[in-house]
Amino acid sequence: MLEGVYRVLSDAIYFNLIREDRYMLFVNGLKVSIQLTVFAAIIGVIIGLLMAIAKLTNNKILNRIATAYTDVIRGTPSVVQLIVIYYAILGSSQLPKLLVASLAFGINSGAYVTELIRAGIQAVDKGQMEAARSLGLSYSQAMRYVIVPQAIKNILPALVSEFIVLLKETAVAGYIALDDLTRAGTIVRGRTFDPYTPFILVALIYLYITSMLTAFMGRLERRLRQSD
Amino acid sequence: MIKVVDLHKSFGDLEVLKGINTEIRKGEVVCVIGASGSGKSTFLRCLNLLEEPTKGEIYIDGISLMEHKKDINKLRQKVGMVFQQFNLFPHMTVLENIMLAPVKVKKMPEEEARRKAIELLRKVGLSDKDNVYPSQLSGGQKQRVAIARALAMDPEVMLFDEPTSALDPEMVGEVLAVMKQLAMEGMTMVVVTHEMGFAREVGDRILFMDEGVILEEGTPEELFGNPKKERTRAFLSKVL
Repeated sequence: MLEGVYRVLSDAIYFNLIREDRYMLFVNGLKVSIQLTVFAAIIGVIIGLLMAIAKLTNNKILNRIATAYTDVIRGTPSVVQLIVIYYAILGSSQLPKLLVASLAFGINSGAYVTELIRAGIQAVDKGQMEAARSLGLSYSQAMRYVIVPQAIKNILPALVSEFIVLLKETAVAGYIALDDLTRAGTIVRGRTFDPYTPFILVALIYLYITSMLTAFMGRLERRLRQSD
Repeated sequence: MIKVVDLHKSFGDLEVLKGINTEIRKGEVVCVIGASGSGKSTFLRCLNLLEEPTKGEIYIDGISLMEHKKDINKLRQKVGMVFQQFNLFPHMTVLENIMLAPVKVKKMPEEEARRKAIELLRKVGLSDKDNVYPSQLSGGQKQRVAIARALAMDPEVMLFDEPTSALDPEMVGEVLAVMKQLAMEGMTMVVVTHEMGFAREVGDRILFMDEGVILEEGTPEELFGNPKKERTRAFLSKVL
Protein backbone atom coordinates (compact mmCIF):
# COMPACT_ATOMS: atom_id res chain seq x y z
CA MET A 1 0.00 0.00 0.00
CA LEU A 2 2.62 2.49 1.14
CA GLU A 3 4.77 1.31 -1.69
CA GLY A 4 1.96 2.14 -4.11
CA VAL A 5 1.69 5.73 -2.88
CA TYR A 6 5.45 6.12 -3.08
CA ARG A 7 5.40 4.82 -6.63
CA VAL A 8 2.66 7.23 -7.73
CA LEU A 9 4.46 10.20 -6.18
CA SER A 10 7.87 9.41 -7.58
CA ASP A 11 6.34 8.86 -11.01
CA ALA A 12 4.55 12.20 -10.78
CA ILE A 13 7.75 13.98 -9.83
CA TYR A 14 9.76 12.20 -12.48
CA PHE A 15 7.39 12.85 -15.37
CA ASN A 16 6.39 16.39 -14.43
CA LEU A 17 9.70 17.75 -13.25
CA ILE A 18 12.73 15.68 -14.14
CA ARG A 19 12.16 14.14 -17.52
CA GLU A 20 13.38 16.42 -20.33
CA ASP A 21 14.35 18.91 -17.59
CA ARG A 22 10.72 19.96 -17.32
CA TYR A 23 11.40 21.77 -14.03
CA MET A 24 13.10 24.40 -16.17
CA LEU A 25 9.72 25.23 -17.68
CA PHE A 26 8.47 26.14 -14.20
CA VAL A 27 11.64 28.03 -13.34
CA ASN A 28 11.51 30.06 -16.54
CA GLY A 29 7.76 30.57 -16.16
CA LEU A 30 8.28 31.88 -12.65
CA LYS A 31 10.95 34.28 -13.94
CA VAL A 32 8.52 35.62 -16.53
CA SER A 33 5.71 35.96 -13.98
CA ILE A 34 7.96 37.86 -11.58
CA GLN A 35 9.40 40.13 -14.27
CA LEU A 36 5.91 40.82 -15.53
CA THR A 37 4.66 41.65 -12.03
CA VAL A 38 7.61 43.92 -11.23
CA PHE A 39 7.44 45.86 -14.52
CA ALA A 40 3.67 46.15 -14.30
CA ALA A 41 3.89 47.29 -10.67
CA ILE A 42 6.35 50.05 -11.62
CA ILE A 43 4.21 51.20 -14.53
CA GLY A 44 1.10 50.94 -12.36
CA VAL A 45 2.54 53.06 -9.57
CA ILE A 46 3.67 55.76 -12.01
CA ILE A 47 0.29 55.87 -13.73
CA GLY A 48 -1.48 55.67 -10.38
CA LEU A 49 0.46 58.63 -9.00
CA LEU A 50 -0.25 60.79 -12.03
CA MET A 51 -3.92 59.83 -12.18
CA ALA A 52 -4.40 60.34 -8.43
CA ILE A 53 -3.00 63.86 -8.80
CA ALA A 54 -5.30 64.37 -11.79
CA LYS A 55 -8.25 63.28 -9.64
CA LEU A 56 -7.36 65.51 -6.71
CA THR A 57 -6.73 68.77 -8.56
CA ASN A 58 -9.43 71.30 -9.26
CA ASN A 59 -8.98 70.97 -13.02
CA LYS A 60 -12.27 69.63 -14.44
CA ILE A 61 -10.71 68.17 -17.58
CA LEU A 62 -8.04 66.26 -15.68
CA ASN A 63 -10.69 65.03 -13.23
CA ARG A 64 -12.74 63.65 -16.11
CA ILE A 65 -9.82 61.96 -17.83
CA ALA A 66 -8.77 60.24 -14.61
CA THR A 67 -12.32 59.20 -13.76
CA ALA A 68 -12.90 57.81 -17.26
CA TYR A 69 -9.66 55.85 -16.99
CA THR A 70 -10.43 54.25 -13.64
CA ASP A 71 -14.05 53.55 -14.61
CA VAL A 72 -13.14 51.79 -17.86
CA ILE A 73 -10.29 49.76 -16.41
CA ARG A 74 -12.06 48.72 -13.25
CA GLY A 75 -15.25 47.96 -15.16
CA THR A 76 -13.76 45.49 -17.63
CA PRO A 77 -11.96 42.15 -17.14
CA SER A 78 -8.17 42.32 -17.22
CA VAL A 79 -7.97 39.42 -19.70
CA VAL A 80 -10.02 41.41 -22.15
CA GLN A 81 -7.82 44.46 -21.63
CA LEU A 82 -4.72 42.35 -22.18
CA ILE A 83 -6.01 40.90 -25.42
CA VAL A 84 -7.25 44.22 -26.75
CA ILE A 85 -4.01 46.00 -25.93
CA TYR A 86 -1.91 43.16 -27.32
CA TYR A 87 -3.68 42.53 -30.62
CA ALA A 88 -5.37 45.80 -31.43
CA ILE A 89 -2.95 48.38 -30.14
CA LEU A 90 0.52 46.93 -29.80
CA GLY A 91 0.41 43.58 -31.60
CA SER A 92 1.56 45.10 -34.86
CA SER A 93 4.66 46.65 -33.31
CA GLN A 94 7.98 44.91 -32.80
CA LEU A 95 7.94 45.29 -29.04
CA PRO A 96 8.75 42.14 -27.03
CA LYS A 97 5.69 40.35 -25.71
CA LEU A 98 6.83 40.71 -22.13
CA LEU A 99 6.94 44.49 -22.47
CA VAL A 100 3.51 44.65 -24.07
CA ALA A 101 2.04 42.48 -21.36
CA SER A 102 3.78 44.56 -18.66
CA LEU A 103 2.22 47.67 -20.15
CA ALA A 104 -1.23 46.06 -20.26
CA PHE A 105 -1.05 44.85 -16.67
CA GLY A 106 0.50 48.18 -15.62
CA ILE A 107 -2.38 50.10 -17.14
CA ASN A 108 -4.76 47.74 -15.36
CA SER A 109 -3.05 47.97 -11.99
CA GLY A 110 -2.66 51.74 -12.34
CA ALA A 111 -6.41 52.20 -12.01
CA TYR A 112 -6.47 50.43 -8.65
CA VAL A 113 -3.33 52.25 -7.50
CA THR A 114 -4.99 55.55 -8.44
CA GLU A 115 -7.85 54.82 -6.09
CA LEU A 116 -5.50 53.65 -3.33
CA ILE A 117 -3.50 56.86 -3.47
CA ARG A 118 -6.55 59.08 -3.76
CA ALA A 119 -8.25 57.39 -0.83
CA GLY A 120 -5.03 57.47 1.20
CA ILE A 121 -4.65 61.21 0.73
CA GLN A 122 -8.30 61.97 1.34
CA ALA A 123 -8.25 59.90 4.53
CA VAL A 124 -5.89 62.44 6.11
CA ASP A 125 -7.98 64.69 8.36
CA LYS A 126 -8.77 67.97 6.64
CA GLY A 127 -7.76 69.86 9.76
CA GLN A 128 -4.18 68.93 8.88
CA MET A 129 -4.32 70.93 5.66
CA GLU A 130 -6.01 73.83 7.44
CA ALA A 131 -3.41 73.88 10.20
CA ALA A 132 -0.56 73.80 7.69
CA ARG A 133 -2.09 76.55 5.55
CA SER A 134 -2.86 78.69 8.59
CA LEU A 135 0.87 78.64 9.39
CA GLY A 136 1.62 80.13 5.99
CA LEU A 137 2.63 76.97 4.13
CA SER A 138 1.64 76.92 0.47
CA TYR A 139 -0.62 74.15 -0.83
CA SER A 140 2.30 72.20 -2.24
CA GLN A 141 4.40 72.62 0.91
CA ALA A 142 1.45 71.42 3.00
CA MET A 143 1.07 68.40 0.72
CA ARG A 144 4.77 67.60 0.82
CA TYR A 145 5.50 68.02 4.53
CA VAL A 146 2.15 67.31 6.16
CA ILE A 147 -0.34 65.41 4.01
CA VAL A 148 1.73 63.00 1.92
CA PRO A 149 3.88 61.62 4.79
CA GLN A 150 0.67 60.72 6.62
CA ALA A 151 -1.02 59.38 3.49
CA ILE A 152 1.92 57.05 2.80
CA LYS A 153 1.07 55.19 5.98
CA ASN A 154 -2.39 54.50 4.59
CA ILE A 155 -1.13 53.71 1.11
CA LEU A 156 1.94 51.46 1.47
CA PRO A 157 0.34 48.36 3.04
CA ALA A 158 -2.55 48.56 0.55
CA LEU A 159 -0.03 48.85 -2.26
CA VAL A 160 1.67 45.59 -1.24
CA SER A 161 -1.74 43.96 -1.25
CA GLU A 162 -2.28 45.33 -4.77
CA PHE A 163 1.02 43.72 -5.86
CA ILE A 164 -0.22 40.37 -4.59
CA VAL A 165 -3.38 40.75 -6.64
CA LEU A 166 -1.26 41.79 -9.62
CA LEU A 167 0.95 38.70 -9.41
CA LYS A 168 -2.12 36.48 -9.54
CA GLU A 169 -3.67 38.54 -12.33
CA THR A 170 -0.64 37.91 -14.53
CA ALA A 171 -1.67 34.23 -14.65
CA VAL A 172 -3.74 35.10 -17.72
CA ALA A 173 -0.65 36.18 -19.69
CA GLY A 174 -0.83 32.85 -21.48
CA TYR A 175 -3.68 34.31 -23.53
CA ILE A 176 -1.12 36.20 -25.56
CA ALA A 177 1.22 33.18 -25.64
CA LEU A 178 3.58 34.51 -22.98
CA ASP A 179 5.21 31.59 -21.16
CA ASP A 180 4.51 32.57 -17.57
CA LEU A 181 4.25 30.24 -14.58
CA THR A 182 0.65 29.21 -15.22
CA ARG A 183 1.41 28.46 -18.86
CA ALA A 184 4.30 26.28 -17.76
CA GLY A 185 1.66 24.19 -15.99
CA THR A 186 -0.38 23.99 -19.17
CA ILE A 187 2.63 22.95 -21.24
CA VAL A 188 3.69 20.23 -18.82
CA ARG A 189 0.15 18.93 -18.57
CA GLY A 190 0.12 18.66 -22.37
CA ARG A 191 3.17 16.42 -22.26
CA THR A 192 2.38 14.26 -19.25
CA PHE A 193 -1.43 14.12 -19.49
CA ASP A 194 -1.40 14.59 -15.73
CA PRO A 195 -3.83 17.43 -14.94
CA TYR A 196 -3.12 17.62 -11.21
CA THR A 197 0.59 17.63 -10.45
CA PRO A 198 1.68 20.57 -12.66
CA PHE A 199 -1.07 22.86 -11.45
CA ILE A 200 -0.69 21.91 -7.81
CA LEU A 201 2.98 22.79 -8.21
CA VAL A 202 2.08 26.07 -9.87
CA ALA A 203 -0.37 26.86 -7.08
CA LEU A 204 2.23 26.12 -4.41
CA ILE A 205 4.75 28.42 -6.06
CA TYR A 206 2.23 31.28 -6.25
CA LEU A 207 1.23 30.63 -2.66
CA TYR A 208 4.83 30.73 -1.49
CA ILE A 209 5.46 34.12 -3.08
CA THR A 210 2.18 35.67 -1.99
CA SER A 211 2.68 34.53 1.59
CA MET A 212 6.11 36.16 1.62
CA LEU A 213 4.53 39.39 0.41
CA THR A 214 1.77 39.09 2.98
CA ALA A 215 4.31 38.65 5.76
CA PHE A 216 6.20 41.67 4.46
CA MET A 217 2.97 43.69 4.45
CA GLY A 218 2.33 42.76 8.08
CA ARG A 219 5.80 43.87 9.12
CA LEU A 220 5.43 47.10 7.18
CA GLU A 221 2.10 47.87 8.84
CA ARG A 222 3.51 47.34 12.30
CA ARG A 223 6.50 49.55 11.60
CA LEU A 224 4.41 52.36 10.14
CA ARG A 225 2.10 52.27 13.13
CA GLN A 226 4.95 52.81 15.57
CA SER A 227 4.93 56.61 15.51
CA ASP A 228 1.15 56.81 16.07
CA MET B 1 -5.10 96.15 12.91
CA ILE B 2 -7.99 94.08 11.51
CA LYS B 3 -10.94 95.78 9.91
CA VAL B 4 -13.99 93.85 8.73
CA VAL B 5 -16.50 95.54 6.44
CA ASP B 6 -19.87 94.07 5.51
CA LEU B 7 -18.61 90.49 5.57
CA HIS B 8 -20.95 87.91 4.06
CA LYS B 9 -20.47 84.17 3.75
CA SER B 10 -22.81 81.60 2.27
CA PHE B 11 -22.49 77.85 1.98
CA GLY B 12 -24.68 77.13 -1.01
CA ASP B 13 -28.10 78.51 -0.12
CA LEU B 14 -27.29 78.84 3.54
CA GLU B 15 -26.20 82.34 4.49
CA VAL B 16 -24.06 81.99 7.60
CA LEU B 17 -22.68 85.51 7.86
CA LYS B 18 -25.02 88.36 7.01
CA GLY B 19 -22.90 91.46 7.14
CA ILE B 20 -20.27 91.66 9.85
CA ASN B 21 -18.64 95.00 10.62
CA THR B 22 -16.02 95.37 13.29
CA GLU B 23 -12.51 96.49 13.99
CA ILE B 24 -9.90 94.82 16.13
CA ARG B 25 -7.25 97.09 17.52
CA LYS B 26 -3.67 96.23 18.27
CA GLY B 27 -3.26 94.60 21.67
CA GLU B 28 -6.96 94.06 22.07
CA VAL B 29 -8.48 90.78 23.26
CA VAL B 30 -11.83 90.28 21.58
CA CYS B 31 -14.00 87.36 22.67
CA VAL B 32 -16.73 86.16 20.36
CA ILE B 33 -19.64 84.42 22.05
CA GLY B 34 -22.96 83.11 20.83
CA ALA B 35 -24.99 79.96 20.32
CA SER B 36 -23.88 77.11 18.06
CA GLY B 37 -24.62 77.95 14.45
CA SER B 38 -24.53 81.68 15.03
CA GLY B 39 -21.58 81.99 12.63
CA LYS B 40 -18.81 82.80 15.11
CA SER B 41 -16.40 80.09 13.93
CA THR B 42 -17.06 80.93 10.29
CA PHE B 43 -16.35 84.58 11.05
CA LEU B 44 -13.04 83.64 12.66
CA ARG B 45 -12.07 81.34 9.78
CA CYS B 46 -12.74 84.14 7.30
CA LEU B 47 -10.12 86.29 9.03
CA ASN B 48 -7.31 84.15 7.55
CA LEU B 49 -9.31 83.06 4.52
CA LEU B 50 -9.72 79.44 5.59
CA GLU B 51 -13.23 80.27 4.48
CA GLU B 52 -13.49 82.56 1.51
CA PRO B 53 -15.99 85.37 2.10
CA THR B 54 -18.83 85.63 -0.39
CA LYS B 55 -18.87 89.41 -0.11
CA GLY B 56 -17.26 92.16 1.91
CA GLU B 57 -13.77 93.21 2.85
CA ILE B 58 -11.19 92.27 5.44
CA TYR B 59 -8.18 94.50 5.99
CA ILE B 60 -5.13 93.43 7.94
CA ASP B 61 -2.79 96.32 8.66
CA GLY B 62 -4.66 98.20 5.95
CA ILE B 63 -4.05 95.51 3.33
CA SER B 64 -7.17 94.05 1.74
CA LEU B 65 -7.26 90.27 1.97
CA MET B 66 -9.74 89.98 -0.86
CA GLU B 67 -7.48 91.89 -3.23
CA HIS B 68 -4.37 90.00 -2.23
CA LYS B 69 -5.49 86.38 -2.32
CA LYS B 70 -2.30 85.56 -4.18
CA ASP B 71 -0.22 86.74 -1.23
CA ILE B 72 -2.33 84.81 1.24
CA ASN B 73 0.59 82.69 2.45
CA LYS B 74 2.43 85.87 3.36
CA LEU B 75 -0.59 87.39 5.09
CA ARG B 76 -1.33 84.21 7.01
CA GLN B 77 2.08 84.45 8.64
CA LYS B 78 0.78 87.49 10.49
CA VAL B 79 -2.25 85.58 11.74
CA GLY B 80 -1.75 82.57 14.00
CA MET B 81 -4.60 80.15 14.48
CA VAL B 82 -5.45 77.62 17.17
CA PHE B 83 -8.10 75.02 16.42
CA GLN B 84 -10.65 73.22 18.54
CA GLN B 85 -9.21 69.85 17.47
CA PHE B 86 -5.57 70.99 17.91
CA ASN B 87 -4.58 69.66 14.45
CA LEU B 88 -1.03 68.87 15.48
CA PHE B 89 0.93 66.95 12.85
CA PRO B 90 0.93 63.38 14.23
CA HIS B 91 3.99 62.22 12.25
CA MET B 92 6.25 64.88 13.74
CA THR B 93 7.60 65.33 17.25
CA VAL B 94 6.48 68.31 19.28
CA LEU B 95 9.64 70.18 18.36
CA GLU B 96 9.28 69.39 14.65
CA ASN B 97 5.66 70.57 14.77
CA ILE B 98 6.79 73.95 16.04
CA MET B 99 9.84 74.23 13.75
CA LEU B 100 8.14 73.30 10.49
CA ALA B 101 6.71 76.66 9.48
CA PRO B 102 9.65 78.86 10.58
CA VAL B 103 12.09 76.62 8.67
CA LYS B 104 10.04 75.99 5.55
CA VAL B 105 8.15 79.26 5.23
CA LYS B 106 10.42 81.84 6.82
CA LYS B 107 13.60 79.95 5.83
CA MET B 108 14.90 80.33 9.37
CA PRO B 109 18.12 78.35 10.01
CA GLU B 110 17.28 75.08 11.75
CA GLU B 111 19.38 75.84 14.84
CA GLU B 112 17.67 79.14 15.38
CA ALA B 113 14.25 77.58 14.87
CA ARG B 114 15.09 74.88 17.38
CA ARG B 115 16.18 77.42 19.99
CA LYS B 116 13.01 79.35 19.42
CA ALA B 117 10.84 76.23 19.65
CA ILE B 118 12.46 75.23 22.94
CA GLU B 119 11.92 78.74 24.25
CA LEU B 120 8.23 78.61 23.25
CA LEU B 121 7.77 75.20 24.83
CA ARG B 122 9.08 76.60 28.08
CA LYS B 123 6.64 79.46 27.77
CA VAL B 124 3.69 77.08 27.54
CA GLY B 125 5.12 74.92 30.32
CA LEU B 126 6.13 71.87 28.31
CA SER B 127 9.93 71.99 28.31
CA ASP B 128 10.23 68.26 28.90
CA LYS B 129 8.02 67.26 25.95
CA ASP B 130 10.18 68.40 23.04
CA ASN B 131 10.92 64.97 21.60
CA VAL B 132 7.61 63.17 22.09
CA TYR B 133 4.93 62.63 19.48
CA PRO B 134 1.54 64.35 19.84
CA SER B 135 -0.21 61.03 20.50
CA GLN B 136 1.65 60.80 23.81
CA LEU B 137 0.27 64.11 25.07
CA SER B 138 -2.96 64.91 26.91
CA GLY B 139 -5.51 67.19 25.27
CA GLY B 140 -4.43 70.20 27.27
CA GLN B 141 -0.79 69.59 26.42
CA LYS B 142 -1.64 69.21 22.72
CA GLN B 143 -3.43 72.52 22.72
CA ARG B 144 -0.52 74.26 24.43
CA VAL B 145 1.83 72.84 21.78
CA ALA B 146 -0.57 74.11 19.11
CA ILE B 147 -0.38 77.57 20.66
CA ALA B 148 3.43 77.40 20.68
CA ARG B 149 3.38 76.28 17.04
CA ALA B 150 1.29 79.28 16.04
CA LEU B 151 3.47 81.65 18.06
CA ALA B 152 6.62 80.37 16.33
CA MET B 153 5.72 82.45 13.28
CA ASP B 154 5.64 85.64 15.38
CA PRO B 155 2.08 86.47 14.39
CA GLU B 156 0.63 89.90 15.00
CA VAL B 157 -2.72 88.48 15.91
CA MET B 158 -3.85 85.09 17.22
CA LEU B 159 -7.18 83.52 16.37
CA PHE B 160 -8.58 80.91 18.76
CA ASP B 161 -11.44 78.73 17.54
CA GLU B 162 -13.06 77.25 20.65
CA PRO B 163 -9.65 76.21 21.98
CA THR B 164 -10.99 74.45 25.08
CA SER B 165 -14.18 72.86 23.73
CA ALA B 166 -12.57 69.49 22.97
CA LEU B 167 -10.82 69.25 26.32
CA ASP B 168 -11.65 67.31 29.45
CA PRO B 169 -12.78 69.79 32.11
CA GLU B 170 -9.67 69.40 34.24
CA MET B 171 -7.47 70.48 31.34
CA VAL B 172 -9.30 73.65 30.41
CA GLY B 173 -7.53 75.70 33.06
CA GLU B 174 -3.98 75.06 31.85
CA VAL B 175 -4.85 76.22 28.32
CA LEU B 176 -6.73 79.28 29.50
CA ALA B 177 -3.77 80.18 31.73
CA VAL B 178 -1.45 80.21 28.72
CA MET B 179 -3.92 82.33 26.76
CA LYS B 180 -4.26 84.74 29.65
CA GLN B 181 -0.52 85.12 29.91
CA LEU B 182 -0.39 85.82 26.20
CA ALA B 183 -3.08 88.48 26.56
CA MET B 184 -1.17 90.14 29.35
CA GLU B 185 1.93 90.31 27.19
CA GLY B 186 -0.07 92.42 24.79
CA MET B 187 -0.91 89.91 22.04
CA THR B 188 -3.84 90.85 19.86
CA MET B 189 -6.34 88.01 20.16
CA VAL B 190 -9.70 87.02 18.75
CA VAL B 191 -11.18 84.19 20.79
CA VAL B 192 -14.31 82.24 19.92
CA THR B 193 -15.25 80.66 23.20
CA HIS B 194 -17.87 79.21 25.47
CA GLU B 195 -15.76 80.01 28.52
CA MET B 196 -17.68 82.99 29.86
CA GLY B 197 -15.39 83.29 32.87
CA PHE B 198 -12.37 83.72 30.58
CA ALA B 199 -14.22 86.18 28.33
CA ARG B 200 -15.25 88.28 31.30
CA GLU B 201 -11.84 88.27 32.94
CA VAL B 202 -9.49 88.55 29.97
CA GLY B 203 -11.58 90.05 27.19
CA ASP B 204 -11.35 93.75 26.43
CA ARG B 205 -14.42 93.56 24.28
CA ILE B 206 -17.13 90.95 23.80
CA LEU B 207 -18.98 90.37 20.55
CA PHE B 208 -22.26 88.53 20.83
CA MET B 209 -23.16 86.89 17.55
CA ASP B 210 -26.60 85.70 16.61
CA GLU B 211 -27.86 84.42 13.24
CA GLY B 212 -24.88 85.69 11.29
CA VAL B 213 -24.61 89.21 12.66
CA ILE B 214 -22.96 90.86 15.64
CA LEU B 215 -26.08 91.53 17.62
CA GLU B 216 -24.44 93.30 20.50
CA GLU B 217 -20.94 94.27 21.58
CA GLY B 218 -19.28 95.99 24.47
CA THR B 219 -16.92 95.65 27.39
CA PRO B 220 -17.42 92.56 29.55
CA GLU B 221 -19.05 94.76 32.20
CA GLU B 222 -21.54 96.17 29.71
CA LEU B 223 -22.34 92.93 27.97
CA PHE B 224 -22.47 90.56 30.91
CA GLY B 225 -23.68 93.12 33.44
CA ASN B 226 -26.26 94.96 31.43
CA PRO B 227 -27.13 93.28 28.11
CA LYS B 228 -29.46 95.42 26.04
CA LYS B 229 -30.91 92.94 23.58
CA GLU B 230 -33.48 90.33 24.53
CA ARG B 231 -31.55 87.59 22.62
CA THR B 232 -28.34 88.43 24.48
CA ARG B 233 -30.11 88.22 27.82
CA ALA B 234 -31.69 84.89 26.87
CA PHE B 235 -28.33 83.45 25.78
CA LEU B 236 -26.48 84.66 28.86
CA SER B 237 -29.14 83.37 31.22
CA LYS B 238 -28.54 79.91 29.76
CA VAL B 239 -24.76 79.88 29.90
CA LEU B 240 -23.93 81.82 33.03
